Formats: sequence, structure tokens, C-alpha cells
Amino acid sequence: MLTLQCPYCGVHAEETELHAEGEAHLKRFGPGSTDDEFETYLFMRENPKGVHFERWRHSNGCGKFFHAARSTTTLEVFGTYPAQTLEPPKDIKDKISAKYPGWRWREFS
Amino acid sequence: MSEAVSALNGASFDGFARVEETGLRGMITVRGDLASKEMAAAVRNVIGAAMPETRKVVFGKSGAVAWMSPDELLIMVAHGAAYEMVEALNAALAGQHALVVNVSDARAVFRVSGEGAREVLAKLAPVDLSPDAFGAGDIRRTRLAQVAGAFWANDDGSFEVICFRSVAQYVFDILRLSATQGGEVGHFS
Repeated sequence: MLTLQCPYCGVHAEETELHAEGEAHLKRFGPGSTDDEFETYLFMRENPKGVHFERWRHSNGCGKFFHAARSTTTLEVFGTYPAQTLEPPKDIKDKISAKYPGWRWREFS
Repeated sequence: MSEAVSALNGASFDGFARVEETGLRGMITVRGDLASKEMAAAVRNVIGAAMPETRKVVFGKSGAVAWMSPDELLIMVAHGAAYEMVEALNAALAGQHALVVNVSDARAVFRVSGEGAREVLAKLAPVDLSPDAFGAGDIRRTRLAQVAGAFWANDDGSFEVICFRSVAQYVFDILRLSATQGGEVGHFS
């Protein structure tokens, strides 16, 4: 059972109270972008074995979106943080580095 | 004007805890910056209550104020008083980036009371309901079996449960099932 702490209301919500909302930190390409950029934005997703960043929504709770960093192999959760960020906070990155030295995920490492 | 009726017309059930629909209640959704002094003043002056902290409900002079999310409050007053409260809150929040809406008839309210009340809810929601973790004045938005709902603990040990009106019968039925004699787990006793 996956338990994530909602960074907005502080609840340690178990999975059924949340809704998975796909990958975190997607950069949107809309009108005016090239076909390649738009295709990448729409369809190309990370599918890592290990460190992953996801967007979740506390749907049966405060209703807010947040981001979570976790490992897809061990289900270890490195931390959750508000969605209004362009990259994961340093303390979460450090925590991942301690477990997975040299990890990379998109442009983050 | 037509006569307002609550979702289940006061249905009740007695098992190892009592489940009853409380009837009509005025409810007002307020969204805005909860940290602003204008919002705190509006809640204090109109409802006579302090601004609730995260996941708390505060009982004031003319109603209860519940924390729903970082930018949302649910204010509960007498059903007939909701419209004038909305006007008073709008006046108090004039010029602020805020929203005040009367949602009185959007929800159903249930009271679960008696020795086993805590257990009735613990069976339905993924929430730590041990007395140390969830006491009077705590509110939790969560799911009740398959639908969204919320509940808080009153000073007298009873719980009040809110859900959307469209799922009122479902929530009453699962509360009734959970409270049926013979279904006691005795985890909190």
C-alpha cells in the first residue's frame, strides 16, 4: 500500500484517497510549437525502473495537486512537495542521491 | 417559496451506534486567502468564530467553520440564515479576491453517536480514528467506502458526516451496515 503525505493538508493519505495524475514537471507545448514538441509533450513519458517523479491529486481530500518522488522498484517514497515548483526541492534530491548515487530523470540529477 | 426538504427526511437507524440524518443545514463555501486578516475578520465578525487551523473545525456563536483545503472553508449555519450570512460575508470581503456561495442544499448531513460511533466510521474510511489521532474539533475530508465525504468529531463524542446529496442514500446505507448489531470490532474499547 502506497502512502503519500499531502504537502497541503498534512494528511498521510493512503493510495485510495489519492488519484495518480501522471508524470510530474511536464513542460507544456501548445499553439505555436513545432509538431515534434507537441507530440513529445502529449505522448512521450518516462517509464523508469527506479527513481520517478509523479503528479498526484488528493482527490478524496483537500483536492490539491502535488508532486511525489519515489522509487518504482522498492516503492520507497523520498518525499512529496507542492505542485507549484519547476524542479524537485534540494532535500528530496539529496535523499535520492544517498540511495541512488548518479541517478538521472529527464533533466534532473 | 417551496418548502426545503433534506435528502432523506430525517432517516435514522439504531445499531451499536445511532445513525441519523440531521435534516436541513445552511452551508456556505468560502474560498480565498485564509491567511489574510480580512478573511479572519470576516469569519470573526459574521460567524463569531476564530479562523480554523489546518484540518480543524471551530464552533462559533452563529455557526461552525470547517477547514476544507488551504483556500477553502465550509461555514455551517441554520438553514434559514444562510442567505443573509452570504450577504454579510460578501460585504465583509468586499474588494478581496474571494468567493462566497450558498451550497445549503448540495449536501446531506448525518450524525453518528453512541459508544461505537468511532468504530462505525473507522470501518468506512482510510483514516486513523484512534482517540489520540482524531479528537473533538478535528475534521477530515476523505472517502466513505466508494464516495467522497467528510466528518468531524463533536465535543460530546458524536461525529457528523457530510456527503453530497446525490449519494445520501448510499452513505446512509453504509453507515447503517457498519453500525449493525453484531458488527462490533471493539478495536477502540
